Amino acid sequence: MTPPATPAPTSTRPHALARAWTLGTRATLALVLVVVALVPVLFSTFFTSQVGLTSLWLGIAAVSLTFLSGHGGMVSLAQTALFGIAGLTVAKLSAEAGWDPWAAALAGILAATAVGLLFGAVASGSQGIYFLIITLAFAQVTYFYFAAVPTFGAHEGINGIRPPDLIGDPVQHPARMYYFLLAVSLLVFLGLRYVSRTAFGLALQGVRDDPVRMAALGYSVRLHRTLGFTLAAPVAGAAGVLSAWSNTRMSAGSISLGVAILVLTAAVIGGLNRLEGAWVGALLYTLCDTYLRGWTDRFTTWLGVVFLVIVLVSPGGVVGVLGSVGAWIRRRLPGETPAPMVPEASALPLPVSSKGAV
Amino acid sequence: MATQTAATRRSTPSFRPPVAATAAVLVGALGLLGVLWQAFEAGFGNEGNVPVFILVTLNGLTLAGLYFISASGLTLIFGLLRVTNLAHGALFLLGGYVALTLVQDSGMSWAVAALVAMVATGGVGLVMHQLFLRWNQGQDLRQALITIAVSLILADQMLAYFGATPTAIVPPEFLAQPLPLGVYDLSYPTFRIAILVAAIVVGLLFWLVYQRTRVGMVVRAGVDDTQMTSALGVNVQLVFAGAFFVGSALAGLGGVFAGTSLSLAPGVDQSFLVSALVVVIVGGMGSLGGAALGALLLGLVDQYSSAYLPAEYANLSALLTFVLLAVILAVRPTGLFGKAS
Repeated sequence: MTPPATPAPTSTRPHALARAWTLGTRATLALVLVVVALVPVLFSTFFTSQVGLTSLWLGIAAVSLTFLSGHGGMVSLAQTALFGIAGLTVAKLSAEAGWDPWAAALAGILAATAVGLLFGAVASGSQGIYFLIITLAFAQVTYFYFAAVPTFGAHEGINGIRPPDLIGDPVQHPARMYYFLLAVSLLVFLGLRYVSRTAFGLALQGVRDDPVRMAALGYSVRLHRTLGFTLAAPVAGAAGVLSAWSNTRMSAGSISLGVAILVLTAAVIGGLNRLEGAWVGALLYTLCDTYLRGWTDRFTTWLGVVFLVIVLVSPGGVVGVLGSVGAWIRRRLPGETPAPMVPEASALPLPVSSKGAV
Repeated sequence: MATQTAATRRSTPSFRPPVAATAAVLVGALGLLGVLWQAFEAGFGNEGNVPVFILVTLNGLTLAGLYFISASGLTLIFGLLRVTNLAHGALFLLGGYVALTLVQDSGMSWAVAALVAMVATGGVGLVMHQLFLRWNQGQDLRQALITIAVSLILADQMLAYFGATPTAIVPPEFLAQPLPLGVYDLSYPTFRIAILVAAIVVGLLFWLVYQRTRVGMVVRAGVDDTQMTSALGVNVQLVFAGAFFVGSALAGLGGVFAGTSLSLAPGVDQSFLVSALVVVIVGGMGSLGGAALGALLLGLVDQYSSAYLPAEYANLSALLTFVLLAVILAVRPTGLFGKAS
């Protein structure tokens, strides 16, 4: 047998420009990460607490939705409900019942997970738009419950929530809170990314793409959807706890329908296909919220316009746009081998997807 | 293997007792009994609770009429186009505000203002459909997100132009006086009765057009199988556009009625959108009869629960309607009369 011919080294070697581009994007990414890591050092206290803290906890709330939507095909408006359940439980237990903040946080997240299991079990039978609406109902039930029940402060909410001593005062010295939030964000990101690559995560994506086939293969569609929803619940709960700690207050208004739509907006702007999009969207939203309001009275209109444009132009959100721009430039760099010709999906034999035939 | 047995079990048809459904019906019956007992326990005299019961029932019925008018538009759009128009609430409020401006500032008569408001909201809905939704046909979540974005913009623009103070439209003169009911010396706002009548008229018109005209035939065929209808030479896009116009106009009409009998303010769009969604989902999306039943259920549950729940739970009445929705969807994932898509 003749040894396989080794390809000439020059042909696999990318052109200098392409290499510079790769290096450049990686360097930019590294720079962004360094800036994110050094926010409390580089920026003012106001920026750290107003933009930094808010975008991190909003990002964690949004990523629970991004995970559900991207990997499970479940666009949920109930994430703010779980967020509020955890946040208000923490507020009640630590600020009024005198619990240790860590124990209260654990109780809050567990409560959110338990309710998430219940919500997921009920909603997992519905799909697409029905799922969106039933989760909207959950969000409203939770909102009206907390708005009506005086135990949780009703509309006034609960003030004076103290984060653990380790974190200190988040208002005067937000740096520690910032790093804590950053660490939790990283953990959540890595955890959700890990889950999406396990057998369960892959099966969940199968259920998203074609529930009928997955059922025929012996997977329980409802169980996977329920578990997926339950898995996202502690993430939303953690965001609620962190929001309560960052703002030192929490009320029913923090989980109104407007906030549920806001979380959806942040997730959509960032991009529903990639987990990191949640934080990008949250950061963009928070930046606009902080600085654009001074410029224009009609902030919500502009937010709506951006939302509309993103949904119309790029379903992948800002992250998707960046990705396709990067790919577009790469293709036009000299020396770059063109991507192998892949037949379009429609050119394949008739797709036998049973989508929507449930 | 456990998974295999699970799959086999699912594939074999077996009788499952409708436990959840029975429990739900039982709880509903118990609730109704509780209401009736509270209403009639003190006898039928003037001192008893019957007059209050009559008023609460009328409140529930007229509220149901209001819900039905706006929900019928939503269900038409969904049934035909499979678009969940989450901007329906914003169109509803827009209709109210347009009529308010015309009656208050231009001195137009109520009926003309209502007609103009319907055309205006219908037009806005039509433009939204043609510009944003038409080329995304079939992507229901994307369309839902688009309508959310549109409703954000519309709501904020309305806040800019009409302010945040709650305002109400002056009702037409011949409906402004309360109507004596003839029992227990009761009288009731005539305009609210007119809402109920209007809802019945809208429902009857819908039914007649659906069942008796060629347009209705095309719409029904479109609901069942859009592609086949199109293949038979019907201009489906025209039918879609018409349905979107009529559905949005009905949202506007609902807004005019709500603005006259209740009031218009920012936030009303969201609460009515949610109510209309609950009505449509409870009844089954795309079903007119379902929307009527859903509206009745929601209106009566809402009014009875706020009037007859024990005082310490009275503020939970808003919750009850959503519990109703969650229970119905848990038992029947496509609503009471919904067909599996």
